[in-house]
Amino acid sequence: MIKEYSSILNVSGPLLLIEGVEGAKYEELVEIYTRAGEKKRGRVLEVDKDKALVQIFEGSTGIDVQDCRVRFLGRTLHIGVSSDMLGRIFDGLGRPKDGGPEIIPEAMLDINGAPINPTARNYPNEFIQTGISSIDGINTLVRGQKLPIFSGSGLPHNRVAAQIVRQSKVLGAKEEFAVVFGAMGITFEEANFFIQDFTKSGALERVVLFLNLADDPAIERVSTPRVAFTVAEYLAFEKGLHILVILSDMTNYAEALREIAAARKEIPGRRGYPGYLYTDLASVYERSGRIKGKEGSITLIPILTMPEDDKTHPIPDLTGYITEGQVILSRSLYRKKVTPPIDVQQSLSRLKDKGIGKGKTREDHADLFNQLIACYARGKEAAELSVILGEASLSDLDRIFLKFSNQFEERYISQGEKENRTIEQTLDLGWELLRMVPRAEMKRVRDEYLQKYYDHTDDTEK
Amino acid sequence: MRKGEITKVSGPLVVAKDMKGSKMYDVVRVSEERLVGEIIGLSGDTASIQVYEETSGIGPGEPVYITDKPLFVELGPGLIESIYDGIQRPLDIIRDQTGDNIARGVEIPALERDVKWVFKPLVKKGDAVSSGDIIGEVKETVLVLHKIMVPHNIEGKIKNIKQGEFLITDTVCEIETKDGVVKLTMMQHWPVRLPRPYKKRLAPSLVLSTGQRVIDTFFPIAKGGTACCPGPFGSGKTVIQHQLAKWADAEIVVYIGCGERGNEMTDVLMEFPELKDHRSGESLMKRTVLIANTSNMPVAAREASVYTGVTIAEYFRDMGYSVAVMADSTSRWAEAMREISGRLEEMPGEEGYPAYLSAKVSSFYERAGRIEVIGKPDREGALSVIGAVSPPGGDLSDPVVQATLRVVKVFWSLEDRLAYQRHFPAISWLNSYSLYIDDVSEEMNTTIAKDFTDLTKEAMRLLEQEAELQEIVRLIGVDALSPEDRLILDGAKSIREDFLHQNAFHEVDTYASLEKQYKMLAVCLFNYNKAKEALSRGAAFNDIVKMKVREKISRMRYLLESELSIMDRLQDEVTAEFKKLANPGGRNDKGIQQHS
Repeated sequence: MIKEYSSILNVSGPLLLIEGVEGAKYEELVEIYTRAGEKKRGRVLEVDKDKALVQIFEGSTGIDVQDCRVRFLGRTLHIGVSSDMLGRIFDGLGRPKDGGPEIIPEAMLDINGAPINPTARNYPNEFIQTGISSIDGINTLVRGQKLPIFSGSGLPHNRVAAQIVRQSKVLGAKEEFAVVFGAMGITFEEANFFIQDFTKSGALERVVLFLNLADDPAIERVSTPRVAFTVAEYLAFEKGLHILVILSDMTNYAEALREIAAARKEIPGRRGYPGYLYTDLASVYERSGRIKGKEGSITLIPILTMPEDDKTHPIPDLTGYITEGQVILSRSLYRKKVTPPIDVQQSLSRLKDKGIGKGKTREDHADLFNQLIACYARGKEAAELSVILGEASLSDLDRIFLKFSNQFEERYISQGEKENRTIEQTLDLGWELLRMVPRAEMKRVRDEYLQKYYDHTDDTEK
Repeated sequence: MRKGEITKVSGPLVVAKDMKGSKMYDVVRVSEERLVGEIIGLSGDTASIQVYEETSGIGPGEPVYITDKPLFVELGPGLIESIYDGIQRPLDIIRDQTGDNIARGVEIPALERDVKWVFKPLVKKGDAVSSGDIIGEVKETVLVLHKIMVPHNIEGKIKNIKQGEFLITDTVCEIETKDGVVKLTMMQHWPVRLPRPYKKRLAPSLVLSTGQRVIDTFFPIAKGGTACCPGPFGSGKTVIQHQLAKWADAEIVVYIGCGERGNEMTDVLMEFPELKDHRSGESLMKRTVLIANTSNMPVAAREASVYTGVTIAEYFRDMGYSVAVMADSTSRWAEAMREISGRLEEMPGEEGYPAYLSAKVSSFYERAGRIEVIGKPDREGALSVIGAVSPPGGDLSDPVVQATLRVVKVFWSLEDRLAYQRHFPAISWLNSYSLYIDDVSEEMNTTIAKDFTDLTKEAMRLLEQEAELQEIVRLIGVDALSPEDRLILDGAKSIREDFLHQNAFHEVDTYASLEKQYKMLAVCLFNYNKAKEALSRGAAFNDIVKMKVREKISRMRYLLESELSIMDRLQDEVTAEFKKLANPGGRNDKGIQQHS
């Protein structure tokens, strides 16, 4: 039975307190009809005896205490999902935004999902070739991984994400990715960039877009990634597709969460964000992965802009604790016109060890990237030293490392937006660069691989 | 069954009225969905309940069923190789029953009821027994002999004891007590929040070897000791926890994945059965119990998971085993406390954490220890606890880190600076400490080599000198240093790269026995001392660093445990090459001029 109330006690920010409510449930969906006849939606955040605290997705504009009617729907927020959603554009709550017809749902699903049983998970270990050397070679992405891009204002994170979408493929496999894109509080221009790029590469019909743009209600953003994941889960685990979920920008999401927490007068944690930010982010991110016996998979690339490029800010910090690594974009590389400006030292893919090696990429991959990073780090140290003391003060060996690190940035990391390198090209380029450095410094590489790849230049490169 | 009525729902916190007569920490079942909850506050006849499952769709007016029992674990054969959630529900069986996603209100016993175990009695009719006495044993896995003990507060004479195959719920023994006959099964219960009692605590003095060079040689943990490894994300906390779970010299390992990534638990589940214990050659899973409460599973159960894990560990400790508990990560546990505390509208302490945070942390770590067990035969058990801490931004002033550091005796400081250089394990040799060094040095010196501690001290001095010299180098460049100082840098570099650096993903390098560790360190220092000697005799620094034998030294890590004697010969090779270096006269003087 659906009940309607007009007993709103108070409105503060996005929250509505209603009294005299009978039988309201936690997380229940409500509809609010304003005096002007507008319909808004919300959900119950707390019920205390006959009082229900409701969060309004669309914001509280137009709501008054006397005439508004509130209807409790007796169910949690569900959305209808269908394979027909591919190629369509929706708003942040899953309503069509492209002028197309309503979706005829194949299933109605709770947007909060249910946690995957850890014993049901299948370990992500299939290598995804993104065609970007600094990802494939050093911070390898695998299917089912969650790998965020930590960026800053003005850095080309959108371009990197678009390049990944364009170029990604699994070696030896025919299937293509479908993309679920959740936009939270990004500008029209940014959203348009993605739409244009998807259109150009012909990918648009394989994309489901959920757009909550900068001028859309901020509170709706809290639901956008959940709606996106509900669709992604359906397509991946029911329909067997390989899904790449891109969420941009998680910083806006966390701010919306903070707005609600502040309105509830909760005790704030660091920087005013709620104490449960970690748990909340995890309930979003952890929905990706692979499940035993299921064909499809969900790979997640959330994008977040670090305020002041500060990695210890709560949003990147807590994200880093949940995701399996991070790709960090560097402002100094960007200034040097290195494209994509990926900071390979600070970036990390935790799952790379399972996705590389014999039968996946190549046997020498692990030793090679360890050695590359070690040499690059030595070169960067030498570079710092030469800034203080001048290049003349460097030892011969340090000078070699310095040259190596410069070449590494110019040729290995920097490849431009258009170049799509195979993993062999990436690995061979790594060896080619390493040959600048004396063999005795190859401490991280097994002898057999040195013989095979370092010594025999001509054999391997053909 | 008595019941109350829900008046308020706010996330994992539910408030119910008509709860008169309930006790703190009693378990209740919330609503008709029978969600598991625990009473964490009482006021008049209303109770605050933390619910271990998702509460959406629950509202006022629904019933709360009172069980009058605290949250307890089932202890008995069948624990090993299990994977449980935070309140000891078997996740693999849940999956069989409810599918790939975790459903609510599942009621499944922790120990399988339809498995038969071979019970072998160790006492006979008429024997007097009391709490903690071992009455029989069950071969649970190839690695674990499960001792069946008399539960606490039972004393009397054996009236009857059986032998053969039994279910876990079958009576295997009857004891005539002064209050009548008590029937014992192979299973007992214990409330998770109550530490299991022991006869006496002993000082930890035996080393818990872990196969990780930086840990065993420089910052060892003792059996029955406590350690923590705080570090920012990406510094390798989880890899270290996994390495310890794999290679630590413990008979039983309890691994608690508390609020961490789902894929990490999957990794453990897939990898451990494949890995072989290097002592027994058996699968590592045969001695492991897993508790998995991943970050997306209900937050309150995360709070309970560390207690569930440590109680199971104490039970095995009472059998006389050396048990190691890994908790990854205690920060998530503390955050769960903070969330519940916030919902209870308690006055917060630092950073929003409850004021009792530090008390909870220290009482958790105090459950570790080496103890004399209650009961016959006399036996000693040890419970070591190793907690990962995930401070925000890697900031060690975080309240959870500080509360932890006040109680634990070993601190492995993980630094992202080292991780960026791909120096793993990224344990800082300058900031870490172990307060067990003196306790375990005697054992190291008698069982491994009598100069073991001397070597570690020498190596540590070298590393400290390096840090001081680095300051100078940063200001005026390496050329300003004397050849002797440059040699110190070189010697320290060799210790860092050839000894401390260890690749967890390399099949051989992942584990090094204490003997191998000793020999590797001995070679590094031998080479350094020979070089020092040569330098003082007039050899050129540049010639020394170009020596061929160095490549062999850098590959010592890949030697199998059966090839350790190669390292003894390596010392001879070092001597021989230095001899060659010293012989062809003239060049040496030139060398010195170049660098002085």
